[in-house]
Amino acid sequence: MDALLALRRQPAATRVGMIVIALALAALPFALASVGTAWVRITNLAILFVLLSLGLNIVVGFAGLLDLGYIAFYAVGAYVYALLASPHFNLHWPFWVILPLGAMLACFFGVLLGTPTLKLRGDYLAIVTLGFGEIIRIFMNNLSQPVNITNGPQGITLIDPFRIGSFSFAQPQTFAGLNFSGPVKYYYLLLVVLLAVIVLNLRLQNSRIGRAWEAIREDEVAARAMGINTRNLKLLAFAMGASFGGVAGGMFSAIQGFISPESFVLVESINVLAMVVLGGMGNIWGVILGALLLSFVPEVLRYTVGPVQQQVFGRTIIDPEVIRMLLFGFTLVLMMLFRPAGILPSATRKRELETRRAAAAAPAV
Amino acid sequence: MSALVASVEPGVAAGEVLLRAEGIGKRFGGVHALSDVSFDIRRGEIYGLIGPNGAGKTSLFNVLTGIYPADAGRFVFDGAPLAGLKPNDVAARGIARTFQNIRLFANLSALENVMIGRHVRTRAGVFGAIFRNAGTLEEERAIEKRAYELLEFVGVHRRANDLARHLPYGDQRRLEIARALATDPKLLALDEPAAGMNATETAALRALLDAIRRAGITILLIEHDMKLVMSVCDRVLVLDYGRRIAEGPAGEVQKDEKVIQAYLGGEVSLNLKGA
Repeated sequence: MDALLALRRQPAATRVGMIVIALALAALPFALASVGTAWVRITNLAILFVLLSLGLNIVVGFAGLLDLGYIAFYAVGAYVYALLASPHFNLHWPFWVILPLGAMLACFFGVLLGTPTLKLRGDYLAIVTLGFGEIIRIFMNNLSQPVNITNGPQGITLIDPFRIGSFSFAQPQTFAGLNFSGPVKYYYLLLVVLLAVIVLNLRLQNSRIGRAWEAIREDEVAARAMGINTRNLKLLAFAMGASFGGVAGGMFSAIQGFISPESFVLVESINVLAMVVLGGMGNIWGVILGALLLSFVPEVLRYTVGPVQQQVFGRTIIDPEVIRMLLFGFTLVLMMLFRPAGILPSATRKRELETRRAAAAAPAV
Repeated sequence: MSALVASVEPGVAAGEVLLRAEGIGKRFGGVHALSDVSFDIRRGEIYGLIGPNGAGKTSLFNVLTGIYPADAGRFVFDGAPLAGLKPNDVAARGIARTFQNIRLFANLSALENVMIGRHVRTRAGVFGAIFRNAGTLEEERAIEKRAYELLEFVGVHRRANDLARHLPYGDQRRLEIARALATDPKLLALDEPAAGMNATETAALRALLDAIRRAGITILLIEHDMKLVMSVCDRVLVLDYGRRIAEGPAGEVQKDEKVIQAYLGGEVSLNLKGA
């Protein structure tokens, strides 16, 4: 029993490591800005995708419900923000009102999707959720007539940035001799939200609720026989996952300043799912790593494939756009072949290995 | 029907009735998996359920635990009917079960498996999980402590952190019992716990069953290992083709004509033909 508790305690080295990581994260936007402001924007989008992946991880990784329409909740959050903070309806509500509203509406849609699909699993659930994602997108695309709500395929422009009083996240500012551009300010905001979401996820996973989700994922019949109300817990997973998506969507809206249905196509859902699977379903750190890799690798390739070809062959033989996706797909295939459970093994498996090693090292009593 | 009720002699065991089955029937298409099965299980006893393969034993378990609805009859458990309850409600009422084909949460540790068993007796929700208030933390500690005690009770505590699927077969069977016990059941329904066990493991299982009974938990036991059934069960119910063919103390049932025929009938006639 004591050995069990000791394993959970954090050693001092971990704490030092955490401080180093925190400092590196704080300095990161300035390092990136020296390379190019575009990289700060790319980082911000990457963090948004980490948020999305963590939300989807609750549904897919914890509860084991394959959701192929997750981007719909992102869309709901994004459109709620865009409609309530843009010249489109001439509404300019503050973001701290709209973000919770978007989360709540996405949560409602999560339950709406969850209720009819309670008895479905695996492939069947995937098909229904895929349909749901498309329905939401097509609605956004067509809700411009007879009353113009979403402005159709043109999308909504001039969306307000986040503002607190006179402090705007879009305005560049100089503070303590450092130049804080709009994207850099958003970066710090996203980092804070990300941290909160990570803590939330970790706590949910190591709780009675998280264990019940995992039980449903492993064996639904056994979970029910153990007294777990699978209906309520599945709906809870859908609702929680959806509200994370809604918050991320609202932030996406504000950061981009422009949204259209094109940002919420099926490929985006699959992309987020790939991030979850690649990193390691159910493992929060794995999912974060997966999301960062899948966000950054294509961008890095975008900026390197062309110049490298110029250097080697003196001209561009293959269009960077083409080879980028080719390499990307190739990487995914390799990953699934050599690490089918994701990049990082699940925490449980690691704990098992640790106790094995401890047992082997300790002299037999 | 009237004969069935009469066979429950008053005052045989001091225990009152914990579970009463009243004319349970279940059909799958044209197959009568169970027809008009009635019996009483008394508090504190080990009640055996035997019969040839396909006799309807597991179907009876599935109807009892709410996985299938009954087509006829009802169960009365601890003074109130179980009709219409979902499996999770049945577990909350105090019936826990194991499965014939082990159904552990394979990719979770042994300890986590048992901790999940505590779900139905604990309360923390999303709010508690996120804010980790004192009550939630205390509950978590209690869950882990109880789960570890139960692992110790069944003898799997040395492998508490191993994934369930990495445990040896016998340990998996015992872990499933620990997980069921974690729900604080009044009735523990075991579906062939000794299947695939060797003689030593079966002996250990017998000791475990006795210990569970001493803890005041009533046991309903499906088992093919007759030696085990005869040595631990107070009374035995025999099913054949979904019908009740005999019930009573283990020793008597063993000598029952119908039971012998159900178990050996086919084989005997085959021998006669051969001769």
